[in-house]
Formats: sequence, C-alpha cells, structure tokens
Amino acid sequence: MLNRRSWLAALAAVAFAAPALAQDAPPAQKLPVVATFSILGDLVHQVGGDRVRVSTLVGPNGDAHVFQPSPADAKKIAGAKVVFVNGLGFEGWIDRLVKSSGTRAKIFVASKGVEPREMAEEEEDGHDHDNTAEAHGHDHGHDHGGTDPHAWQSVANAKLYVANIRDGLIAADPDGKATYDANAAAYTAKLDALDNEVKAAIVRIPADKRRIITSHDAFGYFGAAYGIEFIAPQGVSTEAEASAKDVAKIIRQIKAEHIPAVFMENISDPRLVKRIANETGAKIGGEVYSDALSDDKGPASTYIDMIENNIREFSSALSS
Amino acid sequence: MYDLLIAPFAEFDFMRRALVGVLALGLGAGPVGVLMMLRRMSLAGDAMAHAILPGAAVGFLAAGLNLWAMTAGGLIAGFAVALGAGAVARATQMKEDAALAAFYLVSLALGVLLVSLRGSNVDLLHVLFGTVLALDDATLLLIVAITTITLVVLAALWRPLVLESLDPGFLRSVSRAGAPTHLAFLALVVLNLVGGFHALGTLLAVGMMMLPAAAARFWTRELTALVALAVLIACGSGVLGLLVSYHSGAPSGPAIILVAGGAYALSVLFGSVGGLLPRLVPRRHLEA
Repeated sequence: MLNRRSWLAALAAVAFAAPALAQDAPPAQKLPVVATFSILGDLVHQVGGDRVRVSTLVGPNGDAHVFQPSPADAKKIAGAKVVFVNGLGFEGWIDRLVKSSGTRAKIFVASKGVEPREMAEEEEDGHDHDNTAEAHGHDHGHDHGGTDPHAWQSVANAKLYVANIRDGLIAADPDGKATYDANAAAYTAKLDALDNEVKAAIVRIPADKRRIITSHDAFGYFGAAYGIEFIAPQGVSTEAEASAKDVAKIIRQIKAEHIPAVFMENISDPRLVKRIANETGAKIGGEVYSDALSDDKGPASTYIDMIENNIREFSSALSS
Repeated sequence: MYDLLIAPFAEFDFMRRALVGVLALGLGAGPVGVLMMLRRMSLAGDAMAHAILPGAAVGFLAAGLNLWAMTAGGLIAGFAVALGAGAVARATQMKEDAALAAFYLVSLALGVLLVSLRGSNVDLLHVLFGTVLALDDATLLLIVAITTITLVVLAALWRPLVLESLDPGFLRSVSRAGAPTHLAFLALVVLNLVGGFHALGTLLAVGMMMLPAAAARFWTRELTALVALAVLIACGSGVLGLLVSYHSGAPSGPAIILVAGGAYALSVLFGSVGGLLPRLVPRRHLEA
C-alpha cells in the first residue's frame, strides 16, 4: 500500500501548503508568530520583517467564518511565541483552539482601539443608535447582527492594527524594538499613501453613483470611511439555495433605486448574480477581497494590493 | 389570481426561464421515471445521481463554473458507472443493483475526495445544488436539447423498452434488442439527471424523475395514462414549486421537489388505484 501512503502525503501537502504564508527557510532564531488569517498575517509580516516567522491559520482564499481548525493548526499555535487575532468576534474558534493547544504564547488582539461598527442589518432605524445596539446586543446569531469584525477594510483601522502588532512584537521580543519601530513607521507611511489613493479614487466617482448592492457584509468599515453606500439586498440569506422571492426582491430593489453595480459573491453562486445583472442592467463587479488575501499569483496577495484591487474594482464598476 | 399565478412570470425574466426549465425537465423526466419504476430501478436513479457528482466535480475543478465541462464530466462519470455496473452484472454472478451500489459508492467517495481537495469547498457545494433561478441561455438550450433527445429516443424505442420492462424474457426470445435497449435507456437516465443537475443539483434531480412516476402509479395502471400523468405531475410540481418559492421565500429547488412529494402523499392517500382511503371505503362508493 505504498501507493496509498504517498497519495495521502500528497493530499496533506496540498492541504497544508497553502496556509504557510511565509515559510521560506525557517531559521531557529526567528520569532515564531501565528496570525489567525492571511490579511493579519501580511500586516504582521510587514511589521516583523526578517525577525519573525509568520504562519497563518486561515490561508489565502480561506474563509475564517467557517474555518475548521485542524490538529496542525493547534500545533502551530503551540509552537508560537506570539499569536495575533483580529478580535471583534471574527475568530469564534480561537479561544478553544488556544486552550486545547496548551500554548504559552502571548495573545494580542490586533483590532484594539478600533471603534466597532454594528453589522448593517441593525442600522435601519437611525435614531439613538447606541441604545438600540445595546438593547439588541444579545441574542443575535454570532456572526450576523453583532459587531462587524471586518475592521481592516478601513485603512485608518489598519494603521491601528499595525501599532498593536508593533507593540505586541516588542513585548514579546524587546531586542527587536528598533526594527519593529522602523518597519511599523515605514509601513504606516505606505498606508497613509494608500488611504489618500483610495480617497482620490472615490472623488472621481460621481457622487450619486456611489452605491453598490452587495450581500457581502464585509465592507461596512470601508463604506463608512470612504463614503460608498453599500446596500444590503433585503432579506437575502447567504445559504446555498436562494429563493425566487429573494431574487425578485433584489431585482426590484436594483431597478427602483437605480443601483449601478452588484457585488454579490456570496449569494448562492455566480450564475445567479449574472442572471440578476442581466435582468437589471446593473454591472457585475469584479472580484473583491474582504476576508482573505488571494494567493501569491492573485491580484490581492498583500493587504495593500487587496485594498488597491478592491478600489479599482469598485470604481470601474461605478464610473462607467 | 393574476398576482398569484401569472404576475411573477410576467414581471421577471428569471421566472420565465425557470418555468421553461422545469417544464422541459418534467417533460423528459416524467416518462423516464415511469420506465425506471416499471423496471424496479427507482433507487438506481438515486445511485446514478450520486455517481454523476465526481464527474461534475472534476469538470468544475478543471474549468470552473463551466456548463460544458461540468456536463461532460457528469455524463462521462454517469456513463462509466452505468456501463461498468451493467458489464459487471452481465459478466459475473453479481446482480445489477449490487454492482451499481458498489460503483456509485466508489464514485461518490471519489467525488467527496475531489471536493475536499479544493481548498474552499463552499463553491462546489453551490454548484452541486444547481439553481433553477439562474438558467442562462446555454443551460436552457442544454436542458431543452436533452428533453428533445429523450423524447425522440423514447418514441423510437418505446415498444422494446416497454417489453423489456415488463417481460425481459419474452423480449429476449423474440429479438436481440434487449441489451442495446437497456443501454440506451441507461443513457437516457444519465442524460436527464445531468440536465436536471444544472437546474436542481445532483440530488434533487432524481426527485423530478421518481416522485411524479410514483405518484401517477396510484391513479392508473395503463401505461400511456401513467406517462401522461407523470409528465403532468412533474410539470405541475415545477410550476407550483416555483410559485411557492416566489411567494413564501422557500428555496426553489427543494420547493419544487417537495410539491412533487406532496403530490405523491396525496396520491398515496386518495389514489384510485391502491390508494389508502379508497381501500378503506366500501367498494360501491368507488363505482360511482
């Protein structure tokens, strides 16, 4: 059964090759750091530079919402000195994983200091928002209707992430303070430039066209920071099967509100989005990245590439 | 009434396409389902549907959400399993149902393996639950073409098919058309499942085939009436299911099959041929 074994090995290689974001020749001295998902992994990599070896649990193109930790992931955490998590309820599985791995790594929440947003669904009546949020804060499904965890979609927040990562790395590895400070400062400067770039791109889109219908609830921070209105299709479930009612509602809504573009990769499947676009004349947006980077060959292999890719897709869909 | 029944189709293009899709599917799957039932192959359809999965998965992994790649993959896998099981059944002691079970299980496991090889299996799950609401021109043409082929082949082979279903021994004694007829029929089954798979997904496609046939059996013994009734129930379930999905917000694929399931339940209860209630009621009430 040698055959089967090599098959299994090949399988395992395929499964685990992807998450190893930066595993080039790991020398023993590098600080082993785990980031929970690929976007955070890239930020840690930017700040840590050569002094850290970053591995990510949810790799490129992976979905952290439905992630199933494997024993290999527990091993990664057990071997890490520092673990960065996004927080805001993004990684529901992380606490158990940390506990079961028995790691003594320091856990840092990268989103510390971010002003949390509620998920779009709760914003329908604008009055007295803080109170309603508190009143409704309990008893909601854990991934919808609560705090929106996708804070990194606003570049200003990413700068907070970078600061938190820098502080975390310095706490774990005081010798590298100079490096981390310098890297963080340099990267923050790049983020500032990126921020300006995004704002400039938005200005070029006619104001009345800055509306996108999307079931992708990951762009709340992006929309709030840059003034694009992301309209949720009413009552659409993101389950595998859409109903005729949902589709009819979306089509009516797009027609009634003259929404120029549809970005809906996680409603049902692409064929359905195409059908909706054909029927309404709205443009289908290209591929945007929200929760994960693309792989190295993709258009969004780093955080900066991701934001640039997204703003490019948004503006080309909206300014035609 | 207009709002309830007509308006959804009048207002939305996607509803009209779905309507054409389910009508075409019902037209082809109805008779095929009746023949499956007569041949005691009701569960073979389910096995075959599972067998199609790895083929469609390979097509998807190779070419993404490409209609032709997935169709070709599904057809190849379906034919391979059908022919392989048939060949084993004919060449060895093994009965065809056991051979089919073996083949489809292997095929299914292969499918699951392929699905999980792909990092994100969410995409593929969507694919496996095809959606009747998103039929584009190419898919519609494919489904309609499959129905056309099915009806033509059925018309041409009707007598040997029926004979082989009812009395294979007799057919063997008068002609050698038995084996080719059987193969042609299996091909039709695979074709219809692949067609249904684009609209309803691999698993629910069988429902469109078997439920109407099973329901029709409770109303008549006569073959032509059986086929006509099965087609009627299949198409009716399709239309009604779409409307239910439109008005209630239920997912459309399951809604269609559940309506067919409801037709089956009603038939079991009230069917004039072997239904439960007519059996319980004294006989003279039946002869009205």
